[in-house]
Amino acid sequence: MIEAQDIYFTYPNGVEALKGISLTIQNGEFVAIMGQNGAGKTTLVKHFNGLLKPTKGKVLIDEVDTTKVSVATLARNVGFVFQNPDHQLFSETVEDEIAFALKNFGFKENVTKRRVTWALNLLGLTQYRKTSPFMLSGGERKRVALASVLAWNPKILILDEPTIGQDYQQKEKLRQFILQMKAQRKTIIIVTHDVEFVAECNPRVLLMLEGKVVADGEARKVLTNLEILTQASIVPPQIAQIFLQLSDLELPKNVIDIYEAQGILLKILEKKAP
Amino acid sequence: MSVFDGLKFRRVYSPIHNLDPRIKFVYVCAIFAVAIIFGELLPLIILFIMQIPFVLLAGVKRQWLRSMRGAAFLATIIFLTNFIFAFIGGRAMAESLENAVAMTLRFIVLVESFSVFFLTTSPDHLGLALEQTHIPYEFCFAFTTAVRFVPVLAEEAQTIMDAQKARGLELERGNFLKRIRNYIPILIPLIVSAIRRSLELAEAMESRAWGATKKRTNLYMLKMRRGDFVLILITIGILATAIYVRLYVMIPSFNELLRGLF
Amino acid sequence: MAIIETKNLTYTYPGGTKPSIKDVSIKVEKGEFTLITGPSGCGKTTLCRCFNGLIPHFYQGELKGEITVSGLNVAENPIHELAKHVGLVFQNPENQLFALSVEKDVAFGLENLGVPREEMRKRADWALQLAGIYDLRERAPHELSGGQQQRAAIASVLAMQPEVIVLDEPTSFLDPLGAKKIFEVIYELNRTLGITVLLVEHRLDLTARYANHIIILDEGKVVLDGEPRKILSSEEARLIGVGIPKATRLYHALQKDGVKLGNTIPLSSDEMVALLREALKP
Repeated sequence: MIEAQDIYFTYPNGVEALKGISLTIQNGEFVAIMGQNGAGKTTLVKHFNGLLKPTKGKVLIDEVDTTKVSVATLARNVGFVFQNPDHQLFSETVEDEIAFALKNFGFKENVTKRRVTWALNLLGLTQYRKTSPFMLSGGERKRVALASVLAWNPKILILDEPTIGQDYQQKEKLRQFILQMKAQRKTIIIVTHDVEFVAECNPRVLLMLEGKVVADGEARKVLTNLEILTQASIVPPQIAQIFLQLSDLELPKNVIDIYEAQGILLKILEKKAP
Repeated sequence: MSVFDGLKFRRVYSPIHNLDPRIKFVYVCAIFAVAIIFGELLPLIILFIMQIPFVLLAGVKRQWLRSMRGAAFLATIIFLTNFIFAFIGGRAMAESLENAVAMTLRFIVLVESFSVFFLTTSPDHLGLALEQTHIPYEFCFAFTTAVRFVPVLAEEAQTIMDAQKARGLELERGNFLKRIRNYIPILIPLIVSAIRRSLELAEAMESRAWGATKKRTNLYMLKMRRGDFVLILITIGILATAIYVRLYVMIPSFNELLRGLF
Repeated sequence: MAIIETKNLTYTYPGGTKPSIKDVSIKVEKGEFTLITGPSGCGKTTLCRCFNGLIPHFYQGELKGEITVSGLNVAENPIHELAKHVGLVFQNPENQLFALSVEKDVAFGLENLGVPREEMRKRADWALQLAGIYDLRERAPHELSGGQQQRAAIASVLAMQPEVIVLDEPTSFLDPLGAKKIFEVIYELNRTLGITVLLVEHRLDLTARYANHIIILDEGKVVLDGEPRKILSSEEARLIGVGIPKATRLYHALQKDGVKLGNTIPLSSDEMVALLREALKP
């Protein structure tokens, strides 16, 4: 369980990035943290694995105060996949790359071998086991980075802007993958400003603006709240835009899913047909 | 990353900042030369004090003091080395002391003047000066581009460290050798990223007609103004005085001066 | 007369085992706003680099077929000559800005071309105004947001007054607001100055509305080429897996269920709303 108790954070250069945030994320939840660049999303999630410690207030991971343990200890349970895989990749082979964290955490040789094979399979990278990660394409490198974090099977998974530069199909695969992880009861947190992706995943949404959380709830409620979205400089997903603009015609308001939209419109339009 | 703070030029506008970097550089070289000409304590004290008005005019007192503090370690070594060797060589206590202080001061004067130069000259101003002294454009460009990317690289290094710490890398633990090995997962992504970045920069440069003509023009031009001419005069004055004093004036030692006064 | 024309363009990177683009034959007319899209690895980035000569001059490798841009044969003209006609804006805003102030960066291309100082000043100011960043001209690139940096990159390309501007996924690293500003800027340039725009993008829901020409690539080949409303409604486009705007998908889903909503296929939520209002009039 992740708990933030009225946390404030100011960077050494004086920028106050978090201004009093309190929240709880239960085990097994799927949360999307959204907001403009500079709203404080990445700053917030860096508190969840101890990379940053709050200047005021407390962060508790499974009731352990993050200021009392090292990042490595917290990382055991909180896997953080950074936005740019090239900031992590350094090994000679994909295999070594995936084994890196396992070695750091002191896993035994045979367990490491098993976990590496498992992670390779999970992300469809088995054929690249002995390949240098630098030889792979952008999308493949992203998968290697993801595999290297999943290998130690953390309970909590944080993905920082996982959809950047991804095409439609890759995003679909990512969505399926997240659902798979969710089925394994992992807590999943994604930091993103991709509204369409969030609309398709329908998680709990935490909307941030200037270091504060301004909305917290179901995706269908938050992503259709025009007032708050405008404040946070977020454009609603296309389906929501359509229904929001037609709100005067007594259509339901909280629609973000295309299939739901289809169903609703079909009923109404068929009624109108002569 | 306070090391990089020294290179992060602060956009303060003082009369010293606006001086032509080429003239400033000539001035600094002149001070350097004068410091070499004199090995006696008295002129070096005068030289040291002469720089202080520049520091105050430029408003860089705090940063200047910081660079002085950085030089303190080396200065102490110079002092001790000179003192011990002079003393062992058979010179009197007072003489050895004076000599050691003089040598230390010479070093400090050098650090002092170069520090003022770099603290009051923005990298782009410097790059512009390099261009206009007909140094090949490739070198000037390499210089300004490198400076421009220092903060970017610093941030990236921090991100890489975070990413690896999040995979269980412990940078503070272990013996000396292990600690060095622990920096490999930081250095490699940094270097690979730098190489990728250079490729992207090269693409962008080519796409903006790099190498179209040898006769490159420049948006800015350094013009010599009143302040620059004043500095030139000051520099000539200092050099002339120094040479005159060296040739024709007997410089008393600090000891003699003190005895003369009291 | 087409401002860009390619005939059977095929290119293999040095050391590559197969061509990254195969038999690409396209025509882009002057003043068009062309969207180029396709799944990752389809060759869009390779194609962009052919437009201003980075391929073959910078990347070497094997280029077959013909490509003419603004009347110039790309293979026979050096990059710095082509740069006067075709500007290229890249994905990463940070790595396109080298100077220590925005206006010096904007003038960079002009300095390279040996343009006299007076003229440079005028053109740089003009470009900065058009990109909406005139008051940021003395700032250092590191102090700017991603969106502002990208607009600075556009301004520095604009200053060279090219007839064509190619943008390779320029908003990948930007948040939706920053992305929207970029699209608005380039749409304006296309509309008011008649600059031909080629935009490589995945996010069709944000960009399809601006385009009057769309080219879809898959595995190095041109699979679809034509008018956006038609192309994005085709079954083929759906099968390739490009991100067809939700409004368009919704329109077709309803049509399949027997509901026809007017004749213009929508590419944006606004267009869909207009159609629905019409249909739901009492």
